[in-house]
Amino acid sequence: MIHDNTSFRTDTSVSIRDLSLSFGAVTVLENLNLDIHDGEFLVLLGSSGCGKSTLLNCIAGLLEPTEGQIFIKDRNVTWEEPKDRGIGMVFQSYALYPQMTVEKNLSFGLRVAGVPREEIDKRVARTAGILQIEPLLKRKPAELSGGQRQRVAIGRALVRDVDVFLFDEPLSNLDAKLRAELRVEIKRLHQALKNTMIYVTHDQIEALTLADRIAIMKSGVIQQLDDPITIYNRPNNLFVAGFIGSPSMNFLSGELAEEGGRIVFKTGETRFSLDGYGHAQPLTPGRKVILGLRPEHIKVDHDVAGGEVHEAVVDIEEPMGADNLLWLKYAGQTMSVRIGGERRYKPGSTVKLGCDMTMASVFDAETEERL
Amino acid sequence: MTVFSTKPPGTSPSAVTSSTARPKTRARRPNRLFRNLSAKIASIPMVLTAVVIFLGGTVWTVVYSFTNSKLLPRLTFVGFDQYERLWATPRWLVSIQNLATYGILSLIFSLVIGFLLAALMDQKIRFEDTFRTIFLYPFALSFIVTGLVWQWILNPEFGVQSVVRSLGWTSFTFDPLYNEDIVIYGILIAALWQGTGLVMCLMLAGLRGIDEDIWKAARVDGIPMWRTYLFIIIPMMRPVFVTTLVIIASGIVRIYDLVVAQTSGGPGIASDVPAKYVYDYMFFAQNLGQGFAASTMMLLAVAIVIVPWAYLEFGGRKRG
Amino acid sequence: MDKSPILTVVQPAAVDRLRAGPQGKRPRPAISGRNVMLYGALGLAALYYLLPLYVMVVTSLKGMPEIRLGNIFSPPMEITFEPWVKAWAEACTGLNCDGLSRGFWNSVKIMVPSVILSIAIASVNGYALANWRFKGADLFFTILIVGAFIPYQVMIYPLVIVLRELGIYGTLSGLILVHSIFGMPILTLLFRNYFVSLPEELFKAARIDGAGFWQIYFRIMLPMSLPIFVVAMILQVTGIWNDFLFGVVFTRPENYPMTVQLNNIVNSVQGVKEYNVNMAATLLSGAVPLIVYFVSGRLFVRGIAAGAVKG
Repeated sequence: MIHDNTSFRTDTSVSIRDLSLSFGAVTVLENLNLDIHDGEFLVLLGSSGCGKSTLLNCIAGLLEPTEGQIFIKDRNVTWEEPKDRGIGMVFQSYALYPQMTVEKNLSFGLRVAGVPREEIDKRVARTAGILQIEPLLKRKPAELSGGQRQRVAIGRALVRDVDVFLFDEPLSNLDAKLRAELRVEIKRLHQALKNTMIYVTHDQIEALTLADRIAIMKSGVIQQLDDPITIYNRPNNLFVAGFIGSPSMNFLSGELAEEGGRIVFKTGETRFSLDGYGHAQPLTPGRKVILGLRPEHIKVDHDVAGGEVHEAVVDIEEPMGADNLLWLKYAGQTMSVRIGGERRYKPGSTVKLGCDMTMASVFDAETEERL
Repeated sequence: MTVFSTKPPGTSPSAVTSSTARPKTRARRPNRLFRNLSAKIASIPMVLTAVVIFLGGTVWTVVYSFTNSKLLPRLTFVGFDQYERLWATPRWLVSIQNLATYGILSLIFSLVIGFLLAALMDQKIRFEDTFRTIFLYPFALSFIVTGLVWQWILNPEFGVQSVVRSLGWTSFTFDPLYNEDIVIYGILIAALWQGTGLVMCLMLAGLRGIDEDIWKAARVDGIPMWRTYLFIIIPMMRPVFVTTLVIIASGIVRIYDLVVAQTSGGPGIASDVPAKYVYDYMFFAQNLGQGFAASTMMLLAVAIVIVPWAYLEFGGRKRG
Repeated sequence: MDKSPILTVVQPAAVDRLRAGPQGKRPRPAISGRNVMLYGALGLAALYYLLPLYVMVVTSLKGMPEIRLGNIFSPPMEITFEPWVKAWAEACTGLNCDGLSRGFWNSVKIMVPSVILSIAIASVNGYALANWRFKGADLFFTILIVGAFIPYQVMIYPLVIVLRELGIYGTLSGLILVHSIFGMPILTLLFRNYFVSLPEELFKAARIDGAGFWQIYFRIMLPMSLPIFVVAMILQVTGIWNDFLFGVVFTRPENYPMTVQLNNIVNSVQGVKEYNVNMAATLLSGAVPLIVYFVSGRLFVRGIAAGAVKG
């Protein structure tokens, strides 16, 4: 089920070939291939235990793969020590050396590597400038806030002057507000430095906002590797469709049928025409399928612009300020619809629905693949 | 080690027991003395022990150290006479000197050996449990057993010395228990055998408590392992070291059984220690005043170790 | 940046798959320098720690003539259990010659009630401190903990006077009381910290259900605290069994516990030294805590980590 749409480019920064990793009988990564372009921001997204952090640790050289190769800048680094791979890494728990000042934290690795004093000073000063942590240089980690600590941790990767940055859930220990702020800063940093960045997270908002491409992982296998818009609008399979988006995509079970020379989706007595749907596989009548519709792609009442019109009953409404989320009973199944925050409905009232089938997804019920 | 783990208060049960029979009138506050009566009764043994034995006993001993009690305690105060006599007694001076030598060396070696063993154990080794069991089992044994077995191993006629001599090195001499100058090192060897397993365990727990990411960060930074230990891990383990230090130190001052079993304080008085001095003066020499003065000096020694630690550990923080 | 990430071209996966170079796990020789150092050091240390136990066992199985001839590390040529029999039933301690068995039974008579009494008192104390905090409780608790660091020598004589006034000085019950007193600080701390770590809601719920002090202790706290009771028991069994000072101060010779008797047998000045009997006696005295240690494993580690304060 690998949808490895790796582009054929020569400017590959990190390249992973047939990578497998198992601990005893437990296989964490299986035969994984991935090419990351020079200057690309790649996000590895998945729930905990999907192998995304393991993959990052393999790239960093902190874990040894059982099989396969890792290339960084066209150099086979499979057996190299982390320090020799040309990477910098930022950890979830910051992992700052607590008894050293910020300045020493930044410079310690360089001093151990025997970099000349002036060069160290220059790099520390530049890093501190980029991250705006100059006032903090003389402080110790305990005297910093969470956000400041994570800046320093990023700085420690920055001073190494490397091509590839690895982020292991760097924002997970921060509160929601700080997380949003630092997210923007990491994006700004990427735009300024143009380094390759590989970023592990379980937060889909982080993934969608930061990534050039997202690799969604499940049980050690990449489910889809695409840019965020493609991932959101054209999920490869049911798992990706359900994982991305909040509230999640509506799924209606049914089957394909041919009516009047047109292919329709049929559930109970209801029909959805699949006219505008750009299918990748033939839509054969009789096939059991699942229709996926995002809440914002369903139009309600006066937004319905022609086409088929369906009727549903409002079950619950969840006003969220900017938006209003309606939970509807439709054809014996539950659906959520996102409408403007100013439009309110009473539970039990009936609404008219229209669906934008160009934005829909149809999955085979058995293979769960997109058709 | 957290001696006082805190818990938010809020277990005052008065709110639960307030009157429901007369909703209009305010429930009369029950007599403070009888609130939590069961808890107070249950705490009587603790209160008695703390106040009568620990506090009372200590004060009693300190007070009587200023008297000239001989066979029986008598309240005839003689000022600092007992202390002057104590510090003029060669045997006391020997025991203090022994304690100092033994104490300093035992601290250094326990910490170094304990940490090294813990660091070795932390390398994801195989048979970790077996090694731990081996390093720690002496700690289950009493000082008497420890002292007796090392007395046997260090016996010059049959033990290590005779074995080495029988291998051909006939002039080899290692008889610490029969040599006044080095007898304290013989005791040190036994004490380290008994106690380093504990230090190893405490250190290993400390090492395991360190964030895995720190190790990863150090590897990415290219810091060699020994430098990571020296400049990052050991400074991070400061609290563990302090706790271990206090534990070892308070054990050092008490050392008694081991000396009794291994050398009986001999040869002569060469391996005497303060605790033995106190015991002998109280129960054999029938000179209680001396015993009290000497034990008060022991108390002082412990206070010098404990008070700064307690101040650092709990001084800044308010207990809940 | 010149690339547009949306433009991705599907590529046959195997184009540059067969690049040369290392792949998979870095090969490591089974016997690397690092491993030799690591296991060598651990092995040497293990040897040092095991040596005394080994010497005790082989010495106790040799006859005296063999001991006089050979070295202490050589295994016995002829195994004899006579020293064990002698140590248990015949060895002399100054006055009488009925071996260590008397001390063993004394130790049992001291240990069992002391363990039960000290744990009973301390668990209730810890529970009262954790859940029923009353004014002044913390002060007494602090005195108790500080008291754990006071050298016993400071408190021994006043305690002798107290026991004499109670009329139990020199008796087994006197010593049992002493063990309960000096076990209190560490055990109370152990139980208090454990009860504090239990969810407080549990206690509150029981209060709202109308349960009182003892009901909550017996019905709710006790059944949840089995592990900590086992830890406390391990701590006390080894601690009391290994005690020497209190035994020698607070009992008369006919009530001496095993450690005191062992010391008297081995270090007695009269008669010919029988090293094999001495080592058999030493092993017999160490057997109880050793068995507790080997059986309890990790719980023991937990116990000593908690009990380390005792020194």
